[in-house]
Amino acid sequence: MSAIAEAPGQAGIGTGWRFREKSAIPGFVPAFAWTLIWLSFIVLIPLGALILRASGIGVSGFVDILSDPRVLSALRITFGLSFLAALVNAVFGLIIAWTLVRYRFPGARLADAAVDLPFALPTAVAGISLASLYAPNGWLGVWFAEAGIKVAYTPFGIFIALVFIGLPFVVRTVQPLIAEIDREIEEASATLGASRARTLRSVILPPLAPALLTGFALAFARAVGEYGSVIFIAGNLPYVSEIVPILIVIKLEEFNYAGATAIATVMLAISFVMLLAINLIQAWSRRRFGYA
Amino acid sequence: MDIFVEHITKNYVARETGSPAALDDVSLHIRSGELLALLGPSGSGKTTLLRVIAGLEFANRGRIRFGDLDATGIPVQKRGVGFVFQHYALFRHMNVFDNIAYGLRVRERATRPPEAEIRRRVEELLSLVQLATFEDRYPAQLSGGQRQRVALARALAIEPRMLLLDEPFGALDARVRKDLRRWLREIHDRTGQTTIFVTHDQEEALGIADRVAILKDGRIEQVGTPDEVHDDPASPFVMTFIGDTAALNVNIRNGAVLHAGKRLPIVGSSAGEGPGTLYVRPGHVQLAQTAGASLTGRVVSLRRFSSGQRAEVRLHGTGELVEAELPAGSHVNSGQDVGVNLGQVRIFR
Repeated sequence: MSAIAEAPGQAGIGTGWRFREKSAIPGFVPAFAWTLIWLSFIVLIPLGALILRASGIGVSGFVDILSDPRVLSALRITFGLSFLAALVNAVFGLIIAWTLVRYRFPGARLADAAVDLPFALPTAVAGISLASLYAPNGWLGVWFAEAGIKVAYTPFGIFIALVFIGLPFVVRTVQPLIAEIDREIEEASATLGASRARTLRSVILPPLAPALLTGFALAFARAVGEYGSVIFIAGNLPYVSEIVPILIVIKLEEFNYAGATAIATVMLAISFVMLLAINLIQAWSRRRFGYA
Repeated sequence: MDIFVEHITKNYVARETGSPAALDDVSLHIRSGELLALLGPSGSGKTTLLRVIAGLEFANRGRIRFGDLDATGIPVQKRGVGFVFQHYALFRHMNVFDNIAYGLRVRERATRPPEAEIRRRVEELLSLVQLATFEDRYPAQLSGGQRQRVALARALAIEPRMLLLDEPFGALDARVRKDLRRWLREIHDRTGQTTIFVTHDQEEALGIADRVAILKDGRIEQVGTPDEVHDDPASPFVMTFIGDTAALNVNIRNGAVLHAGKRLPIVGSSAGEGPGTLYVRPGHVQLAQTAGASLTGRVVSLRRFSSGQRAEVRLHGTGELVEAELPAGSHVNSGQDVGVNLGQVRIFR
């Protein structure tokens, strides 16, 4: 057996965290400075002000808000439905992205462009269209009504609105990765005896997982903050179909600014924890699937 | 396992060039245990033929038989072929061990070996491909040569009926390529696996294959041992594709070979009568004194060629170029007039 002289690849060998390395390509200082300034003005300072304002009501104020059953039910509805909608979007967004990348069919470009519509449409317009479509006498609502399911003015209606606005996030994050999948790895899997389903499960989906998770997180975050499309279809019944953003607006209309900011802060905290968790899972899955 | 390719015909769009191409009534018998090279230029159909044998593509007409088994309609998952791709096609989210074990783990429960047996088999293959300490690495952490060895081990893991390699060394640098080539030959000799590999590199094909099948425009031009295709090419294409050649226009009259009206001292030409082309390899061209030589010309250039050198000679009269192989340190200068004698030649009409 001949010896094969060859240096092992250097790729993927981490060298630890370093703040800045000397580089032939300049640009670190302006890039980093702008990042800090921009993040501060656009994100950190407004959110800081929110928290500062909310802290005015003190611990007892927070306890009062968190023990208000109306607030609790709104939080449950918002986060529960957003999670469900993002989950459904992850599944169907993946299928849509796959179809758009893999198959050439008449109208493919139109379908591809249509995916972005929920991005562009004013959410109120979307909410009104959905509400009229899914109303008991609407085009689609009729079918559901026949089956005894009420869509508009129920949590199910909220769910549909959240699916609508979240779809493009999943499709657009997963699409480029699907386009990048090397056909040969599918062929390799087939020559090794794997069924199509097995190839999908073991070879195609794992590398897509990080992107899918990103899409899921974006769709989820978008759904949590969604207001415009939901108010028209939800009916906004306290304890049934009232979401947190509506509750905040109601508080504002009552000039209860402290209450509004406190609810917002709670919402912010939950969102932050959930997004952080998703990011951590993602970092783990990237390592796991060899993107480190 | 004998492989019979019978009258395979396929129209397709060539992947490399994007132009329409075809396999035109290709028949080929690959003998059990042999290492056969499919050699040809881009778009000759060699990769498509390999993929048709593997079941990755389907022919419009014709049959593929594995021994007595008609494999034409058997899907790729059931054909039991080990396929190695030019760009490795490793599963990059799996480490080396899992990549190699994949083909065993995806089997139906009834035929799947127990995990301990899989481990034993993978470790055996890892040592065969000299990567015993690499089982936890991911493909991204390996060099090109190492990746291709993992791909080979993965293909061998399923105990395939045959091994099919599509330009397996095409993406590697010259040195690694040479090592892997020799090593593939050694693995073949050890395992006795019927092996077909595709290449556009004639040196690679002649260097390790038992037999070479040369394809051009979707047809097989010649099948033979490296010696046969090199020394006894069946067509001008094979002659010029396998190694360097010079071509001279000649005329054959009454069995005598005439070049620019002058008779060349070549005997036993069986090319028939009339105009033809004479082909000669640089190794069969000798330079001599101008006096008494059958052809004369002027040395246009000299260049180093592996251990010797090559002189390019422009013939007086016709201006045709002939290359001659010289030992290193020959006393020939550029611009010098020389005589040219031809050794072994081939004439095609």
